[in-house]
Amino acid sequence: MTDRHDIDLHINGDIYRVSVEARKTLADAIRDDCGLTGTHIGCEHGVCGACTVLLNDQPVRSCLMFAVQAKDKPIRTVEGLAKGDTPHALQQAFMDNHGLQCGFCTPGFLMLAAGALEAKPDMSEEEMVHVLSSNLCRCTGYHNILKSVKAAAAEMAKAR
Amino acid sequence: MKPAPFHYHAPVTVEEAVTQLARYGGDAKVLAGGQSLVPVMAFRLARPGQIVDINGIEELDYARVTDGRLHIGALARHARFHDPVEPGPLGQLLSTVVQSIAHLPIRMRGTFCGSLAHADASSEWCATAATLDAEMVLVHQTGRRVVTAADYFKGFLMTDRADDELLVEARIPLLPAGTRFGFEEFSRRAGDYALTLCLAVIRVEGGKVTEARVGVGGAEPFPRRIKEAEATLVGRAFDHAACRRAAEFAAKAVDPMNDTQADPEYRRDLVLAMVRRALEKCLA
Amino acid sequence: MSGDHQTKHATTWVGRSIRRVEDRALVHGEGCFTADLPADLHVRFVRSPVASGRLKHVTIPDTARGLVAADLTRIGRIKPMLHRPDYVAVEQPILADGVIRFVGEPIAAIIASSPAEAEDHVEATFYDIDETDPVVDVLAALAPGAPRVHDWTKHNILVEGRVDTPGFDAMFASAARIVEVDITSRRQHALPLEPRGAHADFDRRTGRITLTCSTQSPHVMRTAIAELLQLPEADLRVIAPDVGGGFGQKMMLPPEYVLIVHVARMTKRSVAWIEDRRENLIASFHARDMRVKLKAAFSADAKLIAIDADMASNVGAYSGFPITCGVEALMGMAELPGPYDVQQYRCVSRGVATNTCPMAPYRGVSRPVITFTMERMMDTAAAKFGIDPIDIRRRNLIDKFPYKSATGLTFDDATYREVMEIAVRELPLSQLRERQSEMRKHGRYLGIGFSTFSERTGYGTPAFAARGMESTPGYENVEIAMDPSGNVTARIGAFPHGQGLKTTLSQIIADEVGVSPEKINIIAGDTDQTPYGWGSFASRSLVISGGACLVGARKLKAKLVRIAAHLMKVAPEDVTLEPGFAKARSTNQSIPIPELARTAYHKAHLLYGVADAGLVEQGFYDPPGTFSNACHVAVVEVDIETGGVKVERFMVVEDAGRLINPMIVDGQIHGGVAQGIANALLEEIIYDERGNILTATLADFLPPTMSEVPRFELHHIETYSDATITEAKGIGEGGAIGAPAAVVNAISDALSPFGVAFYELPVTPQRIRAALRKAGKANS
Repeated sequence: MTDRHDIDLHINGDIYRVSVEARKTLADAIRDDCGLTGTHIGCEHGVCGACTVLLNDQPVRSCLMFAVQAKDKPIRTVEGLAKGDTPHALQQAFMDNHGLQCGFCTPGFLMLAAGALEAKPDMSEEEMVHVLSSNLCRCTGYHNILKSVKAAAAEMAKAR
Repeated sequence: MKPAPFHYHAPVTVEEAVTQLARYGGDAKVLAGGQSLVPVMAFRLARPGQIVDINGIEELDYARVTDGRLHIGALARHARFHDPVEPGPLGQLLSTVVQSIAHLPIRMRGTFCGSLAHADASSEWCATAATLDAEMVLVHQTGRRVVTAADYFKGFLMTDRADDELLVEARIPLLPAGTRFGFEEFSRRAGDYALTLCLAVIRVEGGKVTEARVGVGGAEPFPRRIKEAEATLVGRAFDHAACRRAAEFAAKAVDPMNDTQADPEYRRDLVLAMVRRALEKCLA
Repeated sequence: MSGDHQTKHATTWVGRSIRRVEDRALVHGEGCFTADLPADLHVRFVRSPVASGRLKHVTIPDTARGLVAADLTRIGRIKPMLHRPDYVAVEQPILADGVIRFVGEPIAAIIASSPAEAEDHVEATFYDIDETDPVVDVLAALAPGAPRVHDWTKHNILVEGRVDTPGFDAMFASAARIVEVDITSRRQHALPLEPRGAHADFDRRTGRITLTCSTQSPHVMRTAIAELLQLPEADLRVIAPDVGGGFGQKMMLPPEYVLIVHVARMTKRSVAWIEDRRENLIASFHARDMRVKLKAAFSADAKLIAIDADMASNVGAYSGFPITCGVEALMGMAELPGPYDVQQYRCVSRGVATNTCPMAPYRGVSRPVITFTMERMMDTAAAKFGIDPIDIRRRNLIDKFPYKSATGLTFDDATYREVMEIAVRELPLSQLRERQSEMRKHGRYLGIGFSTFSERTGYGTPAFAARGMESTPGYENVEIAMDPSGNVTARIGAFPHGQGLKTTLSQIIADEVGVSPEKINIIAGDTDQTPYGWGSFASRSLVISGGACLVGARKLKAKLVRIAAHLMKVAPEDVTLEPGFAKARSTNQSIPIPELARTAYHKAHLLYGVADAGLVEQGFYDPPGTFSNACHVAVVEVDIETGGVKVERFMVVEDAGRLINPMIVDGQIHGGVAQGIANALLEEIIYDERGNILTATLADFLPPTMSEVPRFELHHIETYSDATITEAKGIGEGGAIGAPAAVVNAISDALSPFGVAFYELPVTPQRIRAALRKAGKANS
């Protein structure tokens, strides 16, 4: 039994017309059907956050949604974060502050932080820790992730 | 960890949704926020043949006050409660409790009513509903019924909702001005389900407690008010000793669950600590 | 000891926290991980739901395509060897062949066009298993009459090491005090954020197969898989693309990878298996399920004079390739005395088979456990002697170098006492003690825990040979070339997967050959493009591959100098390489390095009789090994009502020799300490008595989030020992080695007013409350 759906996924301003089974998660569709493999899959049960993307500008776990549910809604992934050759402030801050090691969790953290900072640019450190506790990293011990997000927040505040 | 195949339905009205639930019965699952359902489908612990996705039923996306009660529609997501949804103590209470629910991305999708439908023993919203005597509005093809929290929660992941019913709304009575509340939970990690939690709601007039609600979640298969603890509070002065005494009553009254992270003795310890601390937050 | 060395190396790039070359692609989502490759076919495994039994038959649905053991008769079995009389060599089939030995063991492979479809067929596959009684616990497996995991063996002991120094009995008998500790380390899981995965593609034109897989050791995978499949090794190319963490779990050969290559060969199509998190938790590799009983003999002045240890490591159902099931037990035995001066040592250490998931090294291997053992023992002894934990360490830490240990290890220059004294000063400890007693008056329990340890790193082939290993993964090779434009390419046998090694190696090379790091390209992780090497594990890559790079770069430098001297008509001794130029000191002439490079390739006639054309050199390094050292301090507050532990502060004072890139060193420490804190407080794989795993999700197995890990305070000493040519020591594992002991010492310190102390990992809230309840009953 297959229950296929032809849908449009609006990702980073582009429209991807895909045909997916109803059971296909948004994470799998972004990766397999749209070829955007920057969104990673680390647990498929909503704990690790590696698959975090922005849906309607809000961070969500793309492994906990079916692709059919995201049709026609604006989605942003790590591939859409930079403006041309200019990295997003968060991307630059992660590079400057050694906010990544193996890099597998990084896209999820970037999208989580991007969504959170866009909604609340002036988060306190305590609020940042609360939000960034949504995702798992196994390499950095989080020290430099927090440092990176703080640096990016300061940079984004300057740019405003 | 890919879900088993299913047929996907996306009704846009409650009528359509309940028609589909009536048609498919136990083979159907309602998909709202999906933050609990999708993981169990990924593990194939749930393998519904039909998914009824209610996210397109826009009329269910609300949280509003009518007739002295807060009405929470089935599509009101957790994040809606980050800021108070009403100016009184209830709005404050909900915006405090929501901070302990999982993580930001989960709160962006998960819904209040979805939590009540899933009925995890440790769910913050289930404990809130139990403590505040919420009413659940269940709609089926030929009518609707209203079930109070005391009758709604039936067991571990079990509620009074029948397979063909849709939980369209939860209603919580507003809290009078001056009502105090305290919420405490203990979990292993930030955002994890609590091993035990307590929501305490207290009214004090003339130096005496006039109303006490002590709800405990996570300790037993479903959350409930602990009448023994409440009874020791009402009619007496409200102080540290009262909090401690009520907590001791609560710890005696519960019949705790057992799992790898917390055996019954340990859960009893946690009930003692959580109830006392939640009550002490009402002292201030 | 460090002053004159510092002048010997004038460094431009080494010692600087330059940004990593690895990062740009990764932050843009342009990394390439194994799961990112499209495949024609996808494999999912049918895995055993029982721990022990006879597999009678498997029925794959007619509509599906799949493989069972009977289809693999021409494929070998994984049989790693240790050349020791006490080693029992067991074999692991690629798919269970009649016998089931652990929950999660693959019993059939289903091949389909998508993972979801393959999982549908997995669900529809029928099998018939006669369940037998499993043996799960290590002590139960040692008991007489215990069920045997491999029925042809006499018992479940697969390896047994012994140490008994002459004079032990007399010294032990002379002790003024014996301190005993009984240590339990509950099973760990490395949990790389990217689960394992393999993708194999058959090239119809050449007949070769390319295996792209998440591994720490691509060459080892090539050799092992080619051998098992009886494939010419030259016909198999192994690529390790971006790898999302390994921590030891990905240095072992997974049977699944062998099968994926087989399926690609059989179908002549591309095929992938991407492990899911449930499989990863149940059936990848676990670690550190260990028990240690230690008796420590002290003289009257609290000097350690002898230790007697009985160690058992639960190795699970099989022995992994290439490191074998001896790795925890034998390393634990060799390194137990740690940084303490004690010459009399007796130990028996066993690796014991059980019906559980097999073991792999996990960051630190058994050293988090032996450090925990010694450090808990030291704190316990301090209490018995009525002296301070700092004081007892002062009396016992090694402070003369080189030091020859009771097991024959040579400890090079290190700073065991100094790092501790710095920690005492920087905390400062006296203030913390005041705060502790003040808080206790208000019913709050602060604890301070120290851990001092040595981290044996960068050891070469003799160290592995000493363990009896058939494969001795000690050396590294590098092929280093400067192209005609003056850019450098170094092809390394090691394989970084998050450690920033491409950055640090380029810093080492840059200082030698006068080229800045951005002009140096490090190639790793492709067996077609790199010299044979062992990969990254055991805190070795910077030391060994870095050493090989230095050797190669020095040869390259020598050739550049020779060419420059010839062209400038000066003596080679007169020429120095500076950033961008070769310079003659006497004449002040200079030649840009790209010009030298172009000459070496395109104007070779100018060098006729002076140098061969081209600029290609090889570097090889096989060092004796060195010891990093550190002191960790945890400051925790214990909530005595809930058993909750908050790690308030965590300080590391580290001596890793010369720091090539301090930013990267700090990152390694941060990550290691976070895993160590998790080991102490949160993470454990739990089996029930039937061998079912109760922690198969990330809601049950609990890696920490940012909220459970504090911000870290780091300090460094740089002791330039001559044990390595870069003067750098390894750093990859230290964080994970020292932290569990520091945290549990701190918890035990916090709860000392109740007479409660812990000798197990992890110390969970439930266990803290149980101990406090018990103490309360005993006290009332």
